[in-house]
Amino acid sequence: MNSTPATTAPPVDTSGNVITRLWRHEESRSVIIQIVTMVVLFALLALAARNVAINLEAIGKEFSFDFLWSTAAYDITFSPFIEYTSRDTHMRAMWVGIGNTLLVAVCGIILASILGFLMGVMRLSKNWLVSRIVYCVIEFTRNVPVLLHILLIHGVIVTTLPPPKQAIPLGEHFFISNRGFFVPAPVFEEGFWLVVMAFIAAIVAIVFFKRWAKKVQDATGKIYPVFWISLGLLVGFTGLMFLLTGMPLSWDFPVLKGFNYKGGMALRPEFLALWLALSYYTASFIAEIVRGGIISVSHGQTEAARALGLRQNRVLQLVVVPQALRVIIPPLASQYLNLTKNSSLAIAIGYMDVVATIGGISLMQTGKEMETMSIVIVIYLIFSLTISAIMNWFNRRMKLVAR
Amino acid sequence: MNDNAATPKQEHEPGTHPNWPAPILTSGPIAWMRDNLFSSPFNVILTLLALWVLWIIIPPIINWVFIEAIWSATDRKDCWAQMSEPEAGACWAFIQSRLSLFIYGFYPEAERWRVNLCFVMLILFLLPILWDKCPGRKYLLWYCIAFPFIAGWLLIGGFGLTPVPTNEFGGIMLTFIIGVTGIFFSLPIGVALALGRISNMPALSTICVIFIEFIRGVPLIALLFVASTMLNYFLPPGTTFDLLMRVLIMVTLFSAAYIAEVVRGGLQAMPRGQYEAADALGLTYWQSARLIILPQALKISIPGIVNTFIGLYKDTTLVIIIGMLDPLGIGRAALADAEWAGLAREVYLFIAVFFFLCCFGMSRYSLYLEKKLHTGH
Amino acid sequence: MKFKPTLILSAATLALGITSGAQAGTLEDVQKRGSLNCVVSTGVPGFAYTDESGEWHGFDVDFCRATAAAVLGDAKKIKAVTSTGKTRFTLLNSAEGDVLWRNTTITFSRDVGVKLRFHGVNYYDGQGFLVSKDLGVNSAKELDGASVCIQTGTTTELNLADYFFANGMKYEAVPIETNDEGRQNYLAGRCDVYTTDASGLAATRSTFTDPANHIILPEIISKEPLGPATRHGDDQWSDIVTWVYYATVTAEEKGVTQANVDEMKSSKDPEILRLLGVEGNQGEELGLPADWAYQIIKQVGNYGEIFDRNIGPNTPIGLERGLNALWTEGGLQYSPPFR
Repeated sequence: MNSTPATTAPPVDTSGNVITRLWRHEESRSVIIQIVTMVVLFALLALAARNVAINLEAIGKEFSFDFLWSTAAYDITFSPFIEYTSRDTHMRAMWVGIGNTLLVAVCGIILASILGFLMGVMRLSKNWLVSRIVYCVIEFTRNVPVLLHILLIHGVIVTTLPPPKQAIPLGEHFFISNRGFFVPAPVFEEGFWLVVMAFIAAIVAIVFFKRWAKKVQDATGKIYPVFWISLGLLVGFTGLMFLLTGMPLSWDFPVLKGFNYKGGMALRPEFLALWLALSYYTASFIAEIVRGGIISVSHGQTEAARALGLRQNRVLQLVVVPQALRVIIPPLASQYLNLTKNSSLAIAIGYMDVVATIGGISLMQTGKEMETMSIVIVIYLIFSLTISAIMNWFNRRMKLVAR
Repeated sequence: MNDNAATPKQEHEPGTHPNWPAPILTSGPIAWMRDNLFSSPFNVILTLLALWVLWIIIPPIINWVFIEAIWSATDRKDCWAQMSEPEAGACWAFIQSRLSLFIYGFYPEAERWRVNLCFVMLILFLLPILWDKCPGRKYLLWYCIAFPFIAGWLLIGGFGLTPVPTNEFGGIMLTFIIGVTGIFFSLPIGVALALGRISNMPALSTICVIFIEFIRGVPLIALLFVASTMLNYFLPPGTTFDLLMRVLIMVTLFSAAYIAEVVRGGLQAMPRGQYEAADALGLTYWQSARLIILPQALKISIPGIVNTFIGLYKDTTLVIIIGMLDPLGIGRAALADAEWAGLAREVYLFIAVFFFLCCFGMSRYSLYLEKKLHTGH
Repeated sequence: MKFKPTLILSAATLALGITSGAQAGTLEDVQKRGSLNCVVSTGVPGFAYTDESGEWHGFDVDFCRATAAAVLGDAKKIKAVTSTGKTRFTLLNSAEGDVLWRNTTITFSRDVGVKLRFHGVNYYDGQGFLVSKDLGVNSAKELDGASVCIQTGTTTELNLADYFFANGMKYEAVPIETNDEGRQNYLAGRCDVYTTDASGLAATRSTFTDPANHIILPEIISKEPLGPATRHGDDQWSDIVTWVYYATVTAEEKGVTQANVDEMKSSKDPEILRLLGVEGNQGEELGLPADWAYQIIKQVGNYGEIFDRNIGPNTPIGLERGLNALWTEGGLQYSPPFR
C-alpha cells in the first residue's frame, strides 16, 4: 500500500528515467503490469514443461497416448451401456468409465432434485414437528463429509442385507440382497421402435398443443386443462401404438442360479451407495436453496394473486414458482456441478467411474500418470462446462419468462 | 368503529376491567399444539406419522448408543460378551483404545506435547478472531497471523526440536492442519483472485478466470491425485516436495477458487456508487479496495465464505484416497485389526459426530455473525 | 501488494517443504536424513500392520528394518510410507520412499515399463482363491458366475481376468482398494470369492472368527514372486537392497542367528567372517560400515527367523515354508555367495 499513485503526483513529472515516468501513468502502468505477469506466467509454464521433459527422460518414460489402444486386460463388471471384456482397449475402458460417471450423475441429479424439493417444502410445513425433523435431518446430513455418507451406505448395504441365497423377495420378481437389487429387465422385441416413435410424436404434439392453448388463452382467456390433455395424448397415443404392434415387449426376470441372480437388471451396491449418498447429501443443500427461494417470494405477491381470484395451484404455478425459480436456479446449478464432481469419490467403494478406470486401474497398469490424469481432468472440465452452459441457458430463459 | 354495536352487555365499567389471562385455548401449550400440530386433519395425520417415525427410530438408537454400550473392554469378543446379546450396543471401548491414534495419528508419543501445545495455541488463535470484544484483540491478531507458521514449525520440529516427518501426522490433528492452513491461506488468495477477475486489465482477468474455472471444474480428488502422482514431474529434477505440503497447496488453491467466486459475488453486489464515490475522493485503487470496497464486499460474502470453509473442512477426508491417515483413514486402518474388526458403525458414527460438531459450530457462528453485521439498507 | 499472500505462501513452502537432493544418491540422502522411508502396504496381517501404539510389524516391515540396520546401524530408524496398490510405484518414483518392501510382484512390465529395479524374491507366492466351505466349491473351475473381490491395480486383477477368460467363465468383479476392504466385503458376503496371493489369503483368513470354515482352493493360477523394488538410476542403492536380502538368506544357510551372531564372529567359516565384516571389505564396497550384515542379523535376524516370527507355522497366519524353504531343504531361497 506504499506505491505512489499517479493521481497524487504532478502530471508533468520529469524527474526520474523513462520507466519511472511510464510507471506513474495509469494506463501504461496497467500495460506494464500485464506484460510482466504474462512473461512471468509463460516463463513458469516453460520451466514446468522443461522439467517434465527432463524428468521423464531421466526415468526413461515418454509422453504418449499410444497406450490407449493397447489391451486393458482388466475386467469391469458394471458397464450398462458399452460391451466390454478384458480384451478391449484402455480407450474403451475409459468410455465405460465415462458412461458410468454420467449414469450416476444423471440419476443423482434427478433423485437429489426430487428429494431436495420435497425436503425444502416440508421444511416450510406449518406442522412444527415435521419441519423440525426435516431440519435435523438436513443439518446432520450437510455437516458430515460426503465420503463418510458413501462409505456408510455401502457398509449398510453390504453388511446388513442378506446374501443372494437368502435374498428378500418383494413380490415374485424383485429381490433385495447385498449383491444388489434385482429387478426384471425389459426386452425390446422387433417393432418396438414404432412405439418409441409414437412416444416422440406425442411429445411433439403436446408442445404444439401447449403453444396453441397459450395463444388461445392470451386471445380469449379460455383455459384448457393442458396437463390432462397432454397426459392423455402421451399415454393414449403410445399405448395405442403398443397394442397395435402386438405388444413387442417382454420381461427378463432375475432367477437365482449358482452363486448369483442371473437375468434381469441389477442395481449393484456400489452404484446404489454412491447414488443414494450423493443424492441425499446434495438434496440437503437443495432443500435449503428451495426454502430460501420460496421465502424470497414476498407474501404480497401471493396475496395479490389470491386477490385476483386465482386458485391455490394457479397461484403456485403462475406466481410463486416462476419467481422462486429465478432465485433457486443459479445455486442449484452449482449443486448439480458439485454432485457430478463428487461422483469421483466412487473410487472409495469400487464403482468404476472415470477416475477408477482410466485414472485408476489404467494408470496403475501402464504407469502413465501424466497422460491418464490429463485425460481425467479434461473429461471433468467438459462435464462442468456443459452443465454450466445448460444452466446458464435455462437461467436466461427463466429470466425472460419472468419479465 | 362499528364493533361496539356487536359487543354484548358490558359487565365492567370502562377502565375497571381486570387483566384476565388469555383463554387457555388461544395461548399456552395446548393452543400452540393446536396451531402447530393439529390445525387440520392433514396436519393431524402428518403429526401422527412424524411421531411414529420418531418412535421407530429414536429408542433403538439411544439404546444402542448409550444404554447397551460398553465403554471398556479388551477386544471385540470381550465387548460383546458384556452385552445382553452380541452387537446389541455400541462398543465404544474400541474408540477409546484407539483414541490417541484418532487424535495424533502416528506422531511419536514422546513428542505429543507439541501437538497439545498447538491445540492450545489454536484456541488462542480462534479467540480474537471469533470474539470481537476479546481484550487485547489488536495485539492478538498479530499473533493470529504468526500462528500457522509457529504451529507448523513446532509440529515439524523447528526450534531445535526433534524433527517429525509429516507422514507420521494423522488423525484429528491432520484434519486441523489441513483445515486451518487451507482456510488461512485461501482467503487472501481468493480475494486477490476475485479482484484480479473483475480488474480492468484484460490479461490479468483472463488468467484469473481461467485459473478459477479450471479449479472449479475439476473434482478435488483429481487435483489430489495430480498432487500425489504428477506434481513432482513439474519440479526441477532432484527436488521433492513433501506430500503433505503438496496436499496443502492443492487444498488451498481449490478453496481459493471457490472463495474468489463468492467474493466476486459480493463485489458485484455492491452499488456502483460506492466505487464512484471512492474514485471521487481521489483514493488510489488499493486505498479504495482496502477502506471501502473490500470491507463491504466481504461482509456481504460472509455466509458464502463460511460455507466454502465448511466444504473445505469436510473435504479434508478425501486425503485418505491418496493414502494419508485422517480420522477416517485411521478408523479404517483400525478396522483391519483382527481383535476389533467388524465395528464399522462405531467408527463411522464417531467420525460423523466429530465432523458434525465442527461444521455445525461453524455454520451457527456464521449465522450469528450475519445477524450481527446485518445493518440493513 | 497484490501478490503478497502468494509470496508468503511460496516463502513458507520453501521454508517448510522443499527438500532438495540429488536423486542419484539415495544412500547419502538416507544417511543425512537419519531414517529410511519404506513404502509398505496399508495393512496385511503378518506382512505389514501396526499395533495399538502405532508401531509397524510384519514380514515386509522386518526386511525394511534389516535395510535400516545395514544402512543406519539402527533397525528402529524406519519411516513407514503407507501405500495402496495404486500409489506404491508413484511413491517410489517421486522419491517419497527410498525402497519398496510391500508384497509386490515382479513382472516384466513393472521392471521395464514402470521403470523399477527389482532385487531378488524374498517371498515366492501364487494367486489363490479363498471361499467359504458352505459354497461346496472344490475347484476354481466351478466358480462360473461368482462374485470375486479383487484388489485393483494389482497383477492379481489381470491374472483373474485372464484365468476366467481362458476358461470361458464369467464373474462379477468387485474392485476393492485394500486388503481390509476385501476382507470386510468377503465376510459380509458381498463376494463369494476373495482372490489375492495365497500368503495374503492365509494371513487374511487367520483374522476370521471361524478360519476353519474357509478354504483356499487348490488352483494356484499364477506365479507371484514378491520382492523389494527401488527406482531406476541408483546402482549403489540397488546393490545395497539386493545384498541386504541375500545377507538374511546366507545367514540362515550358514546357521547364523540373532542369538549366536556374536559367537559366529569367531567362526572358522571364511564366508561367515566375510558376511559379518570380520574379514574383507565388502561393507566398504557397498558404501556401508563393515558390520552392516552383523547389524541386520543382530537386530532383526536371518531369513528363517523373520519368516517364523511373522508368518510361520507358530503364528496366527500359519504359513509353511514351502517354496520359501532354503534351496538346501527343497525350496527356492538361494543366495549367491558372499565372495
